[in-house]
Amino acid sequence: MTQAYEPDGKSNGLTDGLDHGRLASVEGQRLGMVIEGSVGNGVEVRLEPGVSVEQVKVGTFVTIQGSNNRFFGVVTDVGLGSTDPRLRFTPLPADNPFVIQALQGTVAFGTVSVLPQLTMPEVLGGGQGPVAAKSIPAHFSQAFTASQNDVEMVFGSEADGNFWIGSPLDMETKLCLDLGELVKRSVGVFGKSGTGKTFLTRLLLAGIVQNGEAASLIFDMHSEYGWQGQDADKGISVKGLKQLFGAKVSTFTLDDEHSRRRGVSADETVQLGFNHIEPQDIELLRESLNLSEVAASAAFNLHEKFGEEKWVKSFLDAGRDGSLLDLAEELQVNAGALRALYNRLGRFTRHGFMVEHSRTDTAARIIEHLERGQHVVLEFGRYGDDEAAYILVSNLLTRRIHRKYVEAKESAMGGAGKEPRPLVIVIEEAHKFLNSSVASQTIFGIIARELRKYNVTLMVIDQRPSGIESEVLSQVGTRFSCLLDNDRDIDAVLSGTPGSRQLRTVLSRLEAKQQALVFGHALPLPVVVRTRDYGASFYETVRGGGDSPEEQKRKVDELFG
Amino acid sequence: MARRVGEVVESTSTSFLSQCYRLEGAPALGGLVRTDSPDIYGVVGRVTTEPLDSARPVLARGEDAESEEDVIRDNPQLARLLTSRFEVFIAGHMEQGSIRQYLPPRPPRVHSFVYDCSPDEISLFTARLDLLRLLLNSGAPHADEIAGACIRQAAPSHRQPDEFLAHACRTLAVELSADVARLNAILRRIAP
Repeated sequence: MTQAYEPDGKSNGLTDGLDHGRLASVEGQRLGMVIEGSVGNGVEVRLEPGVSVEQVKVGTFVTIQGSNNRFFGVVTDVGLGSTDPRLRFTPLPADNPFVIQALQGTVAFGTVSVLPQLTMPEVLGGGQGPVAAKSIPAHFSQAFTASQNDVEMVFGSEADGNFWIGSPLDMETKLCLDLGELVKRSVGVFGKSGTGKTFLTRLLLAGIVQNGEAASLIFDMHSEYGWQGQDADKGISVKGLKQLFGAKVSTFTLDDEHSRRRGVSADETVQLGFNHIEPQDIELLRESLNLSEVAASAAFNLHEKFGEEKWVKSFLDAGRDGSLLDLAEELQVNAGALRALYNRLGRFTRHGFMVEHSRTDTAARIIEHLERGQHVVLEFGRYGDDEAAYILVSNLLTRRIHRKYVEAKESAMGGAGKEPRPLVIVIEEAHKFLNSSVASQTIFGIIARELRKYNVTLMVIDQRPSGIESEVLSQVGTRFSCLLDNDRDIDAVLSGTPGSRQLRTVLSRLEAKQQALVFGHALPLPVVVRTRDYGASFYETVRGGGDSPEEQKRKVDELFG
Repeated sequence: MARRVGEVVESTSTSFLSQCYRLEGAPALGGLVRTDSPDIYGVVGRVTTEPLDSARPVLARGEDAESEEDVIRDNPQLARLLTSRFEVFIAGHMEQGSIRQYLPPRPPRVHSFVYDCSPDEISLFTARLDLLRLLLNSGAPHADEIAGACIRQAAPSHRQPDEFLAHACRTLAVELSADVARLNAILRRIAP
């Protein structure tokens, strides 16, 4: 089959590249045609002679015009093919551009693997959105790069109230997320150190605060989200949520001194009493405190003996009095184990935020703020580096908040109260809470598994997703994954995702900065996002994130009666 | 007016043999020629010059001659005893005013006149290059040479010879996609 050769060169393959380059912004560039494929493995598209493989990148969106449907998919692999297997062994004049040009696109050609994910509606509008593709386009269907309209149709636009998080690869289109849908399930932000997890999280949180549908509670290990954060690469500080949203965000701190040093005033200083610690907390801290199983379970015996309110205090007193041996005998636990427990618990007494007995219920204060429609950032200050303190505090507070939410939701179901506002709890170093040895005991494990029903979801930020228990990970609805290079981590992030084999290639090819593969519940199909810049232009767009007119009126009323 | 170069003396469905009116007057290898009524196009393949009577082989006569011209002048009968013939591989035909690049229903009749094609005719006929497939599959022992020569000969007749060459090479690449070595050999014969 040969084409008619027209001397003016209008419709032959020679000028295709030029023509399509011009059209790319509007209609999408023609890439080639489908030559084989299956629903399971996606389809193979043979590139046209004018299209170089170097132009097509893994993760690019593609539309394929089938005979009856239009498919929307993503490039999962790019390859080189040839019609003659002997090509590899035939010496070719590589320095003769004429010969090489003739071979390119004919005998030696590029192929792209496309995983068709969605079938686009035939008619625009009409309330019909794209649906999951259950078939593949027929042979010889033409493939195009997706146009801006296509992307907007699939992911929604900012005009529809979605949050703009960045752009798809090699496109200027705004890629939007439905935040209401996002917070309905747990969210995971993964990526190895320095790939932009914190920036991405800050962006998402800014979106959640601005959107206002859900409240958020952020356990801010390194004090990066509340007042301001640092851009380590550029050596500048960036605005935190409090700076951006003012009264909408409340900051709590464990370390008043640290806040003062940074010239930041926190709204409240948290103090936790020993009376708030429960044996389950010790069980959870077993690994961080390097306690034996016996030592950790001794906490339950102590709890039983001294009662809920003062078991830690009584135990520490006994230790100070030197009566640990007697106590060990009385409780019938190994004295060495008890001593280890005493030593480790003693560490907490040195923390400024721990007091012997606290009457203020910090969890209740946090809930008050949350109920007022505020978002709470709990800064750890210098305790951020103390893993045990982070785990203890977040677990302790979350357990109480969880209890209140369950109560509120249950009374709402009984018709006696208002539905609690959806809450997103943000935790860092999630594998410490959710690894397989403790996930069953921590409150975070429970939230991840079932608390969606009680309007509480998690946002877990972690660099070692393989450390998170698989059952918990499977409940993470939407996953944002920056670059990961450990195979086990990649496996963990992709577990339970359809087409994970293809996504694997995409994931390992991400750039080290500002790029993330996003997939799961809140998105119709996986997408590689170049996250939007977190800087002056972003601050401008959230400036409108002040109080709503009702909220302003309420505040005026509150002040002036 | 197209130049008349010979007359069909043998004819088959895929090729015909033409005898030149003048000794050594055959078109170049790969040149495009046409017969009259019906219009059948072909590409010149093998050109031969031999004695008319195969029982009387040509003898070398120039041992004492000063130059080659002297040999011809001293033996005027030679022009009558020798003849040039060329074999033409059929590349297409004209049917109701349209060019068809496949074999005609009938081969040209014997004694049809054979014409050299003008540059315009060449440019028109080679706008499509399905003829390359006919040439490559003609079964001629040097089919690759003929195809290469045909493209080289046709290129100057086009307004944009380089683009024509690129197009021809792509066509060849499609035809010979399963045999890179052969393709490479032809491409190197065409490459400017």
